[in-house]
Amino acid sequence: MIEVKQLSKKYGSKYVVDDVSLTIEKGTITSFIGPNGAGKSTLLSMISRLLSKDAGEIYIDNQIVGQVKSNELAKKISILKQANHIDIRLTVRDLVSFGRFPYSQGKLTKEDWIYVDEAIEYMELEDLQDRYLDQLSGGQKQRAFIAMVLAQNTEYILLDEPLNNLDMKHSVQIMKVLRKLVDEKGKTIVIVIHDINFASFYSDHIVALKDGKIVKKGPTAEIIDSCVLKCVYDMDICIQDINENKMCVYFS
Amino acid sequence: MKAKLGVLAGFALVLIALFIFMDANGNWDYVLPRRGKKILAIILTGGAIAFSTMVFQTITNNRILTPSIMGLDSLYMLIQTIVVFFFGSTSLTMINKNVNFAISVSVMILFSGLLYKFLFRREGQNVYFLLLVGIICGTFFQSMSSFMEVLIDPNEFQNLSDKMFASFNNVNTDLLNLSIVCFGAIILYFMKFTKYLDVLSLGRDAAVNLGVDYDFVVKRLLIVVAILISIATALIGPITFLGLLVANVAHQFLRTHKHSILITGSILISIIALVGGQLIVERVFTFSTTISVIINFVGGVYFIYLLLKGKK
Repeated sequence: MIEVKQLSKKYGSKYVVDDVSLTIEKGTITSFIGPNGAGKSTLLSMISRLLSKDAGEIYIDNQIVGQVKSNELAKKISILKQANHIDIRLTVRDLVSFGRFPYSQGKLTKEDWIYVDEAIEYMELEDLQDRYLDQLSGGQKQRAFIAMVLAQNTEYILLDEPLNNLDMKHSVQIMKVLRKLVDEKGKTIVIVIHDINFASFYSDHIVALKDGKIVKKGPTAEIIDSCVLKCVYDMDICIQDINENKMCVYFS
Repeated sequence: MKAKLGVLAGFALVLIALFIFMDANGNWDYVLPRRGKKILAIILTGGAIAFSTMVFQTITNNRILTPSIMGLDSLYMLIQTIVVFFFGSTSLTMINKNVNFAISVSVMILFSGLLYKFLFRREGQNVYFLLLVGIICGTFFQSMSSFMEVLIDPNEFQNLSDKMFASFNNVNTDLLNLSIVCFGAIILYFMKFTKYLDVLSLGRDAAVNLGVDYDFVVKRLLIVVAILISIATALIGPITFLGLLVANVAHQFLRTHKHSILITGSILISIIALVGGQLIVERVFTFSTTISVIINFVGGVYFIYLLLKGKK
């Protein structure tokens, strides 16, 4: 379980995350939604120790982030940021094998390679595994990075806009993989996502943020609601039921 | 990959052998110690420059930077100038090379430490900001040096100018022992950080995600870089382009991301470039030029090539 208590972060005098408290249950997908500049990515970065916090505490399985050794934390929680620009010459397989660093410190054992192969298979990258990263399309690259995070085999997986640059087919593919990870392997996934329909269809909980504050958090059905979304996005969003899911129509 | 390293090592050995044994004419007692010391200095400098540039480029995730951008070699020149300016070229610090070396190295390490401490105290400052401040400091040091240089006695300036250009013709052989000890110690200290380099090349976020204590590691690596640059500069003087040249040739030639291979390769390439360059200086130009001229020329041409290629 991840617990965030009264977390704040400010740049200059402006609070980008302001007194945020929330709990993320094990074995669920939680989506952070909200307009640009709401502090979603900042929040995610702080939970994963990429950014320092100005106030508050973060507990992962009752341990305070910052007091645990970074390497131990890397076996528990992993994060993938949206900008992954690398200009070193790396094959997909090499990249994925980096995910095993917390366990192997660079000297991969047979067991490590099993995890690497599994991650590659999970993301359907077998055909591409010997290709260099600079020869891949945006979507393929994104899948390779997610495979790296999978190889890291952490209980908690944090993804910052994992669907960036992806077409519909690959977006759905990735969301399905995430769902499968939660349902089959019991992982806990937190994503920052812009497409509220993906959030609505695939997540268990949603945290809606605006101006660094939580507007509302709760089960998906409670958040995908015209009133709540109006408050978050300042837009009239019409919600329709499609099978058992709620679909937001916001194009007009 | 092993084969490529083997080729480099073989080539380096051949050049070294050529350097030591060419035209010896049986005067071994005279030739061996002189050339031996020179070649040792070359290997040490080459190694230090290649090593430090490789590490520096990995930390900054940038392949066209060299540690000299932090202003370290201009600082070295400033220290030398200040000593001559205030105490004269016959003072103890100028004559006793070991004292001079110790002072220069400690000031340079102090400077990089300060630079780092001052910048990383506040959050959100990145390596690029460090570089920017480094460039400004470097320019400042350079201007200070040239200001003092115009004020001092021309004879004193003559003494100083020997230090301004890299040259193996006047290697500070007195420093060799001290440098070897320092270099050895650094390599030993560096060993436990080797494994982090591959991960660091993925960038800060990925490195932190994979459990690297980023600030701790980068700070120590920067100090390693500072010491290595100090050794190289104190031994033969500033060679700006060598690091850039060898690091990029190593990347192009070895085409791998593994730093254990890249660093070994770049050290070998560096030795090849320096020994080869020195051979040209001695045999072709018969000492009418210095190696830094040749290295800077080749390096400059290569740099332009890199820029043109990058544009496409």
